[in-house]
Amino acid sequence: MMNARFFVPLLIFAVLVVFLYVGLGLKPSEVPSPLIGKTAPAFALPAVHHPEQTIAREDMLGQVWLLNVWASWCVTCRQEHPLLVRLARENIVPIYGLNYKDTRADAIEWLNALGNPYITSLFDEAGQVGIDFGVYGVPETFVIDKRGVIRYKQIGALTDSALREKILPLVRELNS
Amino acid sequence: MMRCYLLALLIGVTPVPAFAGDAQPMIADPVLEARVMSLSSELRCLVCQGQSLAESHADFATDMRSKIQGLMRDGMSDEQVVDFLVARYGDFIRFRPPLKLTTALLWLGPLLLLVIAAGLLVISFRRRRRRAAAAPLSDVERRRLEALLADGAEDGKA
Repeated sequence: MMNARFFVPLLIFAVLVVFLYVGLGLKPSEVPSPLIGKTAPAFALPAVHHPEQTIAREDMLGQVWLLNVWASWCVTCRQEHPLLVRLARENIVPIYGLNYKDTRADAIEWLNALGNPYITSLFDEAGQVGIDFGVYGVPETFVIDKRGVIRYKQIGALTDSALREKILPLVRELNS
Repeated sequence: MMRCYLLALLIGVTPVPAFAGDAQPMIADPVLEARVMSLSSELRCLVCQGQSLAESHADFATDMRSKIQGLMRDGMSDEQVVDFLVARYGDFIRFRPPLKLTTALLWLGPLLLLVIAAGLLVISFRRRRRRAAAAPLSDVERRRLEALLADGAEDGKA
């Protein structure tokens, strides 16, 4: 009886350690999106390179695609960009850009300098479509399925491991 | 205190000519401004999570405030604006999340802890009382007590 009581603080400590350990792995900056599992918000935006060409949500139906939110003023975008360029070269999944609160000239210059992995970049100058997608930290990447449903959202830069472990398996699964 | 108010009022009503080129307030309509600020103080800035949208100077907060203002100008009520934002950013954007199954622990957790703590306290008191009652002095202890008391009495006399 006496011995058991000595273990109580140890037990409490152990529980605390477990909680703290789990807490270390959580990222409070990554807020789960309520849009996952829902149809992507409607949009109709001009392309960055072709202002006269409008691309709408309906044009995307029937394919699994990535929507990468980027901007020329976004430092982390620069960091993830080589990964996108490489992914585009592998031709696994079409990547579309959402150029968020940028200017056309800056965006085009950025793509010319760093390479353009996007089939098209949508030009969201006012950030309205960004708000509809719940964008709060650029870059963000969405996986959208053939029916236009958002299946996954990566907040912050894409990483090799996120691509390998989550995004590409998901794309394969959605395509099959 | 009263004097402070009067002074503020006096300053407030003193006509100041508006010069062209002066920085314009973000919102010309003070009633709308007050509504935007009071609602955005209930909403979390997702970029700087400790702060509300009203307090934060982050770009995100500024954008959100002008978005909220736009929605209000379109005739949305406060609840409609909150619903609009929750649909896009989730319940996390609210400092006071609604009571749902997923947030039940958040709301009821403190109460639960209080009940557990009170229960433990009651158990511990009962146990202590029972132990005190259930432990009468042994013969040896009683003799020692009497000896001590007797000693004390002698000391008192001396």
